[in-house]
Amino acid sequence: MIGYALTFGFFAVCLALMLNLWRLVQGPTLMDRVLAVDTMMINAIALIILYGIQQQTTLYFEAALLLAMFGFISTVAYCRFVLRGDVIE
Amino acid sequence: MAFWLELVISLLIVVGGCFVIVGSVGLVKLPDLMSRLHAPTKATTLGVGGALVASMLYFWGIEGKVSIHEVLITAFLFLTAPVTAHFVAKAYLHQHPEKKPELPPTGRPYGWSTYDAPPDSTAGQAGDVEAEKKD
Repeated sequence: MIGYALTFGFFAVCLALMLNLWRLVQGPTLMDRVLAVDTMMINAIALIILYGIQQQTTLYFEAALLLAMFGFISTVAYCRFVLRGDVIE
Repeated sequence: MAFWLELVISLLIVVGGCFVIVGSVGLVKLPDLMSRLHAPTKATTLGVGGALVASMLYFWGIEGKVSIHEVLITAFLFLTAPVTAHFVAKAYLHQHPEKKPELPPTGRPYGWSTYDAPPDSTAGQAGDVEAEKKD
C-alpha cells in the first residue's frame, strides 16, 4: 500500500515541479522567478524524502537538510540584493 | 509493520502530494505575485510537512526508534517559509513603486518602511553619544 502511495507522491511532486518550471520560464516579474525557484527547492526536498522512504534508507536526510538551508539562504540573499543592491553590507 | 501504521503513512503521503500540487497550481493560476505568494508558502510547506511526518513514522515502524532528522527539517522549513515570503513581498514592493497608493495606512506617524524613509531616530542616538562622553 505504501508503494502505491509513493507512486502517487512521486507523480504529484513531479507535476508540481513542472508547474513551477512553467512559472519560472513565464514569470512576468523578477520576484515571480525567485518565488518559483524557492518553491522548486521545497519540492525537491519532498522528492528526496519520498525517495528515502522508497529505498528504506536514512542516508538522504542530510541532503534534504542541506537543500532546505541553501534554498532559504539563496532566496534571502537574492531578495536582499534586490532590496539593497548588496548582499552583505 | 502494523496495518494501521501503513494506512496512516500512505494517507500522509497522499495528502502531502495533494497539498504540493495545490501549492504549485496556485503558483501558476493566481493573477498577481502578492496572491501567488500565498500558495507556495502555505500549501507547499504543509505538503512537505506531511511527507516528513510520513517518513518519520515509516522509519519508526521499520527500525523501532524515532529519528530526529525529520523534526529538524520540518522545524527549519516552518520557520523559514514566512521569512522568505516576507522578503519576496518586500523586494516586489521595492521594485514596483506604483503599488504605493494601494497600501492601507500604517496607523503610525511614519509610512511603509519599503517606500518611506525611517523615522528620525537621531535624537536617541545623540543622547547615547552624550552618555558615552560622560563615561
